[in-house]
Amino acid sequence: MSRVLVGVKRVIDYAVKIRVKPDKSGVVTDGVKHSMNPFDEIAVEEAVRMKEKKLAKEVIAVSCGPAQAQETLRTALAMGADRAIHVEVAGAEYETLQPIHVAKILAKISQDEKADLVIVGKQAIDDDSNQTAQMTAALLDWPQGTFASKVEKSDAGLTVTREIDGGLEVIKTKVPAVLSADLRLNEPRYATLPNIMKAKKKPMKKVSAKDLGVDLAPRIKVISVEDPPVRQAGSVVPDVDTLVAKLKEGGHV
Amino acid sequence: MIRQFSQILLISLEKHIFINNLKYSTSALPRFSSEKYSIKRKNFGSLHDADLNYFRSLLSADRVITEESDVLPFNIDWIKNCRGQSKVVLKPKTTEEVSQILSYCNSKKLAVCPQGGNTGLVGGSVPVFDEIILHLGLMNKIISLDEISGALVCEAGCILENLDNHVREHNLIMPLDLGAKGSCHIGGNISTNAGGLRLLRYGNLHGSVLGIEAVKADGTIIDCLRTLKKDNTGYHLKHLFIGSEGTLGVVTKVAVHCPALPKAVTLGFFGVNCFENVLELYKSAKSSLGEILSAFEMADNGAISSTVENLKLSNPLGDFPFYVLIESSGSDEGHDNEKLNRFLTKEMETGHIIDGTVTSEPAKMRNIWNIRESIAGAGLVDGYVFKYDVSIPLQNYYDIVLLLRKRLGNKATRVYGYGHVGDGNIHINVTTPEYTKEVYEMLEPYIFEEVAKVRGSISAEHGVGFRKPQFIHYSKDETALHLMHGLKHFMDPNGILNPYKVLPD
Repeated sequence: MSRVLVGVKRVIDYAVKIRVKPDKSGVVTDGVKHSMNPFDEIAVEEAVRMKEKKLAKEVIAVSCGPAQAQETLRTALAMGADRAIHVEVAGAEYETLQPIHVAKILAKISQDEKADLVIVGKQAIDDDSNQTAQMTAALLDWPQGTFASKVEKSDAGLTVTREIDGGLEVIKTKVPAVLSADLRLNEPRYATLPNIMKAKKKPMKKVSAKDLGVDLAPRIKVISVEDPPVRQAGSVVPDVDTLVAKLKEGGHV
Repeated sequence: MIRQFSQILLISLEKHIFINNLKYSTSALPRFSSEKYSIKRKNFGSLHDADLNYFRSLLSADRVITEESDVLPFNIDWIKNCRGQSKVVLKPKTTEEVSQILSYCNSKKLAVCPQGGNTGLVGGSVPVFDEIILHLGLMNKIISLDEISGALVCEAGCILENLDNHVREHNLIMPLDLGAKGSCHIGGNISTNAGGLRLLRYGNLHGSVLGIEAVKADGTIIDCLRTLKKDNTGYHLKHLFIGSEGTLGVVTKVAVHCPALPKAVTLGFFGVNCFENVLELYKSAKSSLGEILSAFEMADNGAISSTVENLKLSNPLGDFPFYVLIESSGSDEGHDNEKLNRFLTKEMETGHIIDGTVTSEPAKMRNIWNIRESIAGAGLVDGYVFKYDVSIPLQNYYDIVLLLRKRLGNKATRVYGYGHVGDGNIHINVTTPEYTKEVYEMLEPYIFEEVAKVRGSISAEHGVGFRKPQFIHYSKDETALHLMHGLKHFMDPNGILNPYKVLPD
């Protein structure tokens, strides 16, 4: 296995309070702090660890998005990726960019770069789609190991422990393959100062979706984005009897 | 289902906070402060049923708490050091109610212990004997916010973090921030002149507090609640209530100046190999980062290890003798980054920084700050923590930790130091499996003598409270103490406000 491709998405930082646009067309992103999707950080970490264990020779980070996506790529480079590919998608096209498009882009780059393994986060924390890994595997006709919480080298390929409903599932897969990283796969490192400095000099290639022959016409239309319902205020009850009565009243016990 | 349950089960906020704080607790209730420190009750009146009836008629029954188990959390400080024996907690909602309570207590010579979030570290917020606890948690209304001047007016019981969240909506920031922000009250912050993490940038509360409304022991409401930056009309009375720890009056409303919310914030966490280099780094940060430097904190290896080992937090860096946290806050990310990059490149080259990480991502910054802020609570997992908070001239800043380590030897589990280098303020924690008189006597007054030798302060930002009046002379001379006694007598002739605190007998 020589080359690992990692998909990294720039999303609104999870510590930032999300605001819905007044016209309900989406959420406010202007002037809002962004960072790398946390699941993608886990994907980068796993790829870098593979390189450190000499299971991989090169780690390539790919991000699709506007110019600021380069900041996310720099973070991946500072964490230990060797080079980056920025697929520039801006303006209206970016607003309607969907997993199917990203999967096509990742599939095409995987072939062009002769990648042996693609790792992405299991989902992005903004749209929660959880589709990119699966679609990429389908497009490439490669095996997939999604929701990975452990990845080990085995003779013919990889042994992947998957987090599934009710427990863990262990599968063996050949490479090339597509993996999606779950929360417990690893704990991503903080980029260290010397590596942040080095990352500034690592190569970053810019391409467009057109260069890759991927059509970005939207397949899904967002009709409305709304805030979740506001949680109702609680009330203090004077004693246990009242509590039990209230629970019964509400049909909870 | 679970969510519906929790809606009904929501318990009162102060209890909730107490439970949160006690998550570190490992053992039984602390001893009564009066026994632990051999204190004699002063000649105050005792609480009778008639008094309780009066309070119930004044406040309504649910705001007069007398059930022993309900009063207990208000009797104990969160580090399990002090325990009072109060029989009643009063929860006023208005200044008038505070005034009526105090006026009544003054006439009956009933002692009163004002309490905010009860996050203090010197036992100032809990009673010693049976003082009536005056809890201000229900005085939690935000009155006004002037977005142009940044003047926030609110009641004393507002929780600091809630205020910070509120003013952030208007692109402002509270001028102070501290580890206890989720529980502590602004009234308590002001009464104790709390310092914290933003002091380096925004100065202390004597500068940020624009106005105060307070109630004197006899119930008189002192209205100094102006929102002006300049007001040289006579004596600056508001300052009497800043840092006097509830001994001169009860703060009921405050006006605070909130600076503009910085648009660009970057946080760095660095490994440094000796304390001299921490100081070199501080000198360099001041000159290279200038006006964007907003925090310069340090923690020694023991302090960071306590959070890693006791609270299972992950340290983003490897093992280093010292860690430094530097925050920059500015209005232009490009400009700030340029400065920071130059500074960091230089300091990596000089070797003052061995390794480190830098981030502008809010979630990562929060995680790094969390490591620093968790140090205060981490030591409790070892059993008991002796906590000291002193100001020392920077050239002697860390010596005291080394002296204490040598003096205590294997009698302590950990001895570590951390704090606000930029303010010359170090926190020293000594952890032991349990409180012992032997360790206590090895620490006090030794540590205060050492601090006095270098003309430091025995209490930089935590206050004097119950724990330090007998040591205040190490930092205040006789004439100053005489004036303090005079002021106390003038403001509170019966001495009912927060007795056994601040002033030595």
